[in-house]
Amino acid sequence: MIPASFDYHSPQTLEEALTFLQSHSDDAKVLSGGQSLLPLLKLRLGSAGHLVDIGRIPGLEYIKEEGGVLKIGGRTRESALEHSELIQTKYPLLAQTAAVIADPLVRNMATVGGNLAHGDPANDHPATMLALRAEVVATGPSGTRTIPIDQFFLGLFSTALAADEILTEIRIPVPPAHSGGSYVKLERKVGDFATAASAVQLTLGAGGEVASVGIGLTNAGSTPLRAADAEQFLTGKQPSADVIAEAARRASAIATPSADRRGAIEYKRQMARVLTGRALKAAIDWAKEH
Amino acid sequence: MAQHQIKVKINGTDHKAEVESRLLLVHLLRETLSMTGTHIGCDTTHCGACTVLLDGVPVKSCTVLAVQADGREVKTVEGLEQDGRLHAIQNGFHQEHGLQCGFCTPGMMITSSALLASNPDPSEAQIRQAISGNLCRCTGYVNIIKSVQHAAAALRQPAEVAAK
Amino acid sequence: MATTTLRTSPEVCGMGHSMKRKEDPRFIRGQGHYVDDIKLPGMLHMDIVRSPYAHAKILAIHTEKALAIPGVLAVITGETLKTYGLHWMPTLMSDTQMVLPVEKVMYQSQEVAAVIATDRYIAADGVDAVEVEYEPLPVVVDPRKALEPGAPVLRTDKEGKKDNHIWHWETGDRAATEKAFAEAEVKVKQDIYIPRIHVASIETCGCVADFNKTDTHLTVYMTTQAPHAIRTVIALVAGHVGLSEEKIRVVSPDLGGGFGGKVPVYPGYVIAIAASVVIGKPIKWVEDRMENLQADSFARDYHMTAELAAKKDGTMTALRITTLADHGYADAAANPSKYPAGLFSICTGSYDIKTAFTEMDAAYTNKPPGGVAYRCSFRVTEAVHAIERVTDVLAQELKMDPAELRFKNFIRPDQFPYKSALGWEYDSGNYKAALEMAMAGVGYAELRKEQAEKRAKGELMGIGICSFTEIVGAGPSREFDILGIKMFDSAEIRIHPTGKAIARFGTKSQGQGHETTYAQIVAEELGIPAAHIQVEEGDTDTAPYGLGTYASRSTPTAGAAAAVAARKIRDKAKKIAAYLLEVSEDDLVWEVGKFSVKGAPQKSKTIQELAFAAYTNHPPGMEAGLEAVDYYDPPNLTFPFGSYICVVDIDRGTGEVKVRRFLAIDDCGNIINPMIVDGQIHGGLSMGLAPALFEEISYDESGNNSAGSFMDYLVPTAMETPSWETGKTVTPCPHHPLGAKGVGESATVGAPPAIVNAVVDALAHLGVRHIEIPMTPEKVWNILKEKGVAE
Repeated sequence: MIPASFDYHSPQTLEEALTFLQSHSDDAKVLSGGQSLLPLLKLRLGSAGHLVDIGRIPGLEYIKEEGGVLKIGGRTRESALEHSELIQTKYPLLAQTAAVIADPLVRNMATVGGNLAHGDPANDHPATMLALRAEVVATGPSGTRTIPIDQFFLGLFSTALAADEILTEIRIPVPPAHSGGSYVKLERKVGDFATAASAVQLTLGAGGEVASVGIGLTNAGSTPLRAADAEQFLTGKQPSADVIAEAARRASAIATPSADRRGAIEYKRQMARVLTGRALKAAIDWAKEH
Repeated sequence: MAQHQIKVKINGTDHKAEVESRLLLVHLLRETLSMTGTHIGCDTTHCGACTVLLDGVPVKSCTVLAVQADGREVKTVEGLEQDGRLHAIQNGFHQEHGLQCGFCTPGMMITSSALLASNPDPSEAQIRQAISGNLCRCTGYVNIIKSVQHAAAALRQPAEVAAK
Repeated sequence: MATTTLRTSPEVCGMGHSMKRKEDPRFIRGQGHYVDDIKLPGMLHMDIVRSPYAHAKILAIHTEKALAIPGVLAVITGETLKTYGLHWMPTLMSDTQMVLPVEKVMYQSQEVAAVIATDRYIAADGVDAVEVEYEPLPVVVDPRKALEPGAPVLRTDKEGKKDNHIWHWETGDRAATEKAFAEAEVKVKQDIYIPRIHVASIETCGCVADFNKTDTHLTVYMTTQAPHAIRTVIALVAGHVGLSEEKIRVVSPDLGGGFGGKVPVYPGYVIAIAASVVIGKPIKWVEDRMENLQADSFARDYHMTAELAAKKDGTMTALRITTLADHGYADAAANPSKYPAGLFSICTGSYDIKTAFTEMDAAYTNKPPGGVAYRCSFRVTEAVHAIERVTDVLAQELKMDPAELRFKNFIRPDQFPYKSALGWEYDSGNYKAALEMAMAGVGYAELRKEQAEKRAKGELMGIGICSFTEIVGAGPSREFDILGIKMFDSAEIRIHPTGKAIARFGTKSQGQGHETTYAQIVAEELGIPAAHIQVEEGDTDTAPYGLGTYASRSTPTAGAAAAVAARKIRDKAKKIAAYLLEVSEDDLVWEVGKFSVKGAPQKSKTIQELAFAAYTNHPPGMEAGLEAVDYYDPPNLTFPFGSYICVVDIDRGTGEVKVRRFLAIDDCGNIINPMIVDGQIHGGLSMGLAPALFEEISYDESGNNSAGSFMDYLVPTAMETPSWETGKTVTPCPHHPLGAKGVGESATVGAPPAIVNAVVDALAHLGVRHIEIPMTPEKVWNILKEKGVAE
């Protein structure tokens, strides 16, 4: 319950933070919301000689649409996403994802940047960002770079972020009309990681066919998984019940979950199918109404 | 390892302390400042017995460092009562038997008081959702919900009277 | 709906009033006084090094690195305690268990060493720095395997012990039962496993041990539900190191939940006491949640086979239950000493089953000891789960509605007091009325109709019934003792000159509201307003001797003692009244709060006036004062009962079970405080829902606990918990002074079978007849898949 000792720094500017990270790259961790990092340190499962708290750096929490892109600051709290009217009305996938991360108290501290940067496939935002075809902006000592989400998650607890980079912004294309999204998560109880979860974002074409779709799976492998085969199958088709069921089946076929107390491999895979089907239906219903 | 000088405003009063980096906010409250109303019930950020308001927002103080609270405001259960008057939520818990052993109660009341500040007329479903980060073993939650509803009604009353 | 008649005004607030709780003011202000809130001058902190192995020899314990940390003062090992003869201690069941091991560890997370430091952060660092060398030994986790010939013998400390068998217990008529089964027209048999669970009260266990070297006085503030028993145990176990019972004070302050988990004597307490005796400073030890879940007081872990014999018309003729009990590495179950299986023999339940036999074998395994906790009422949860499940299995076999089968077999009101086939005399009951009320309350007939309609559409909906009889109030001294101490309980009441009172008890509330309910009992008997009656428990220096609060025993024992003591006071007050009013006692009549002269009601004395007179104007020859003590020896146990109905819907895609409705009709006899009783039931129902759907402690073959934190030990939140509905019938207890029975565990006993019966009912048409708890979505989904109805 009590962490081992570490040094704590709370820089006032991004520059200061990055300089420190650069010089202590092998022993420093970024403290954002702390709701993934501090529990690990308390159990002495992870260690860090230095924590760099980016919580005092202004200008990292925002939700705004600009030039056809939804821009979310890396330190934006999950509760802010959950309660944002813009997110609730235009980005249902994101709102529904934020609403099922941990519990309401954790969401008051936890940040979307932290949720992604932790590189845990059991976290909820990674699959959602895959479905949204997001981009991650990483800021380092030599400037910013934009990382497409499909190149961001490298492995278990491993992302494309360098040790001296901070995730400062997430960019999501503003969806066109007749778009919808849904995040369906099966959890053993509120606050748990997903037994399985599916993130769907899609746009319907003029004829009601699926013009474009993104499907991401949570906790189904060592990284979040894009159900590319299912996406391809769906694109251009009328979303009948059979089509949805087949897409869901194809999505689950790529799942490689681990067996644990949440379920055996086969159960989790089948749940990926069931939940993808439900997420697709909900996203389509939304798209039809908006 | 360096010590940090921090200043935290707790229940309206400034407190200064010299703390290790790793000191958890809940221990700053309970050990350093002997404010034992905030409780510890787990080690994995699940139970919510440690809930306090940090700049008006309910958080689990076992998963916040004391240094993170430097220069900020904290409200604990000890700060609910003002000038000898119980907060409506405290009275609600008493009237509706929302507590039995009392251990989860401070956290429950802090979370609920924050809920009512932003949602003065929450439905049962909204109350359940708001307290889903606070575990109780004794009450089965039924009377906790009634307690929050009691407090909500009491807080709405002056405005309702004025509206007549 | 029956309610207890109110005989006192709201001002006096006796029985039946929903008095707001007198203990609330401190709790709602965050001024509760729990063990971890205690700070004494010079206090040190203790933290415990624990074994990662379930079974291993200890080769060496290296303490140098830990001792080198500034602020670490000592590291205590089994060798240290051995020099004081304290490395082993007796359990409450007269087995032995380790305080700290010298030779080997026998469960994962067993205490191996204790670090004493100046603050808890340094103590944690100290624990991290202690290095222990282990040599793993073969692990036994399956109790069946533990009893196979050739299994590794775990208790090598017991001379001559060649197996892992602890005891065999049986009761009933084996031969008659065999005959009844042989002749049965219908019989059913069902294996039922109830896994380990953990009370997980929000406050964990801990103590502050404070030994004063000058006057050799030990004070221990401890999370204990039974402070007097603990004091006596300490005196017996540690008498040889200079502790003497008159100089031991155990204080149980405010407790953040108990549920049976704060009854046992944990090694941490003993180590802290030993450390304080040696060092002469207060030592605080408070376990963290993972230690709590992994090392102390589990509950259940019964492997049962239940059989019912019946006639074709559904009349039950015989019951047989065979059980294998997994006790962990020591028998530390907190049962009355003559009852190693607790009150399991209540398993004939609410039914008039004339022939029955049950036997049980207990086994040692490489797991923590315990067994009696989690509101089990001394193994009644297990017993009722068995009878209520096998009753539904019989109903399914006979194609009979489960309510109809129950009505057919209920013990009738005119049969009370009822002698059960396994030897209990049930005091009173009206099982038919409770089930009828439950069925009316949920609209049973309409629900069955709805179920039929849904079934036709392929939707899965279930209705489950549980009609339980509980058995509480241990107990009569001829039968009930713990370590030889008889299970009476006590009340000591003293009335002050100004007519107020203090009442102290041998029980210990952990949230049950005794400061309110006991005051209401005294108010009922004496007419002194409950608000004027100060109730105290938990300090062995001042409270009369008692066996504590668990197994729903407080109202039946100490509550009765309160009434009897109050009546002794009333008897003396009557004498004072007779003296003051110059009449004989026979001329006096009592109504709440005063004695008046028959036929001349204006000539009266209030209890307050009589109290004042007891100190200022008492009759010559009479002792001054107005007080009484009663040590109440109950003539029998009491038998609360109820009928619960649960309605569930099953998600065919995920296997999730949603409890749509749950109505609990309870009968606990005359009710002291309806608000508090309902609170107990809400909480008990939630602790019935939890094991039914969510909670389980399980071990792999190496003895690794896979639910050792709240990450995987799933305590339900407000989102998983349904909105509980409650109702009451009132069938008073004929032998209790107040007609009350006790209720704290009824709901934990009755809820799980109701929920299982509902889920099985939802799937019965597919041929399902039993599901083991917890009924996780995966478990249910596997059944749906197997039956071809998964989405």
